[in-house]
Amino acid sequence: MNVKTLGALAAVALVAACATKPAPEAPAPTPVAAGIVPGSQEDLVANVGDRVFFDFAVATLRADAKATLDKQSAWLAKYGSVNVQVAGNTDERGTEEYNLALGERRAHSAASYLKAKGVASARLSTISYGKDRPTAQGSTEEAWAQNRNAITSVR
Amino acid sequence: MIQIPNPSVGRRTLIAGAAGVLTTAPGAVFAQAASGNQSAVIDVNRARTEPIPIAVPDLGGDEQLGRDIAGVITNDLARSGLFRTIDHAAFIQSGPSGSTPNFQNWKPTGAQALVTGSVQGSGGQVRVEFRLWDILPGTQIQGTAYTTSQSNWRRIAHKMADVIYERLLGEKGYFDTRIVYISATGPRDRRTKRLAIMDQDSENNRILTDGSWLVLTPRFHPTRDEIAFMSYANNRPRVYIFDLTSGRQTQLGDFAGMTFAPRFAPDGSSVIMAVSNGGGSDIISVDLSSRASRRLTESGSIDVSPCYSPDGSQIAFASDRGGDQQIYVMGAGGGGARRISFGNGRYATPVWSPRGDLIAFTRYAGDTSNFSIGVMHPDGSGERLLSEGWDVEGPTFAPNGRVLMFYRETRSQGPRGSGFSSRLVSVDITGFNERPVPTPTDASDPAWSPLGA
Repeated sequence: MNVKTLGALAAVALVAACATKPAPEAPAPTPVAAGIVPGSQEDLVANVGDRVFFDFAVATLRADAKATLDKQSAWLAKYGSVNVQVAGNTDERGTEEYNLALGERRAHSAASYLKAKGVASARLSTISYGKDRPTAQGSTEEAWAQNRNAITSVR
Repeated sequence: MIQIPNPSVGRRTLIAGAAGVLTTAPGAVFAQAASGNQSAVIDVNRARTEPIPIAVPDLGGDEQLGRDIAGVITNDLARSGLFRTIDHAAFIQSGPSGSTPNFQNWKPTGAQALVTGSVQGSGGQVRVEFRLWDILPGTQIQGTAYTTSQSNWRRIAHKMADVIYERLLGEKGYFDTRIVYISATGPRDRRTKRLAIMDQDSENNRILTDGSWLVLTPRFHPTRDEIAFMSYANNRPRVYIFDLTSGRQTQLGDFAGMTFAPRFAPDGSSVIMAVSNGGGSDIISVDLSSRASRRLTESGSIDVSPCYSPDGSQIAFASDRGGDQQIYVMGAGGGGARRISFGNGRYATPVWSPRGDLIAFTRYAGDTSNFSIGVMHPDGSGERLLSEGWDVEGPTFAPNGRVLMFYRETRSQGPRGSGFSSRLVSVDITGFNERPVPTPTDASDPAWSPLGA
């Protein structure tokens, strides 16, 4: 019950934020690129942001990460039937086994924030790929920064 | 190469179920050397600086097998770094079969030890006889015969190399062993990883999983043809047991969180591993018959990579409970963990030597990304680094505790991952004799089998 109430509140907050939009009862349509289905993974990537980034060796949410997760929780409140998986990843520095745990900690960190923002636990799952699914294939600071993340994807 | 038709890669049952087929009968075929004859035994430490010169001419009898078996023995001994195999071009005569060698012909080659033997094959069976000689006094050190199916000829060669190693160095060899590892193909951002197994000399490579799911960190059971590993089957990363004889995979336990980093207890009755728990991970042990689990740590931090001491009384593991990741040792029942790593950087993947006297580890400095493989005593003293690189990690001990294998990754040179590679490497525990261990594909996560597995 609490979760549902929180979800409703989050939805209201979203609508309130879009003050210029007309009907407060019906959720305002998010501006979408042509061909993108609202509530889809593409929608999440293009209009919300599917991932948050971390500093080296930690799972602490930075301000930019919290801002993205706020948008994700609002989006999830809007599309109440969408379930997501949060996948934690690490850069290549660190051992395989430790990075599996660190990736899980990052996924947990992001998912816990979404829960606190009202997303029902049942809609969230986590997984860690450690250093095995890097987004960027390079071995530079820029590549590592991209690879230290938690990626939310529609299930 | 001879293909073994049996698709099973279990080997213990092959031997046990065929007691009459593969027989080792020291002394039954030849007269053994006098038991007090230890003149050729050389200390390993001396062999590191002065490798034992040994002549391994082709065995007599079946020409092809005689040459192949001598080749496998030569390769095993040479790769250990403790033997100097004499080039066949320096031989004055080829190896005699059966009779006593003319030692005058072998002394000029500089060899101290000589291997002679013969191979007789018929109906898919082979009988291999061999003798090991101490050239200077002209005495026989060992005489052994093996009978087996012809497809097993490589194992016979490795067993012979183990006998030579043990008789000349005074401790067990590690040549009749296998390596289980992760084979990796494809671009770096979507690697296909498969469980793979091969002989320790890189022969008889087999792929065990089809690559549908990511698999990681395989480890050998101490007495059975089983491997514990981690699989992402059905997108649920959990520890599984792979039965090498049947090819069957079974999930170990039923946990809500990810289970990973498995290792068998020394008596083979249980698996110790990590289970994720609310942003951290705990060490648990799972009994293999009852599947009952027991939580051994619950620190709220990341506790990972547990490994038993060979007597089963202690557990080494990595933890970031003090901030940076370090190595801790606790009793097998959990509790009383004490930190043992205090050098520069983060310490990971502690692995206890089968001898009990060393813990091998991966060390890395977070800011420079330079990794090292090293060893220290279980109380944390005597730290030595054996190899360094961009990323070297995951050490595993040969069953005699003399050699470590690990994997080495090279740095990506561009945004597409060019220049990245992952390869297996072996090194003596003193840091000498580092050698690549060839694999058909990129490879990581090696685990050495027990002797004879």
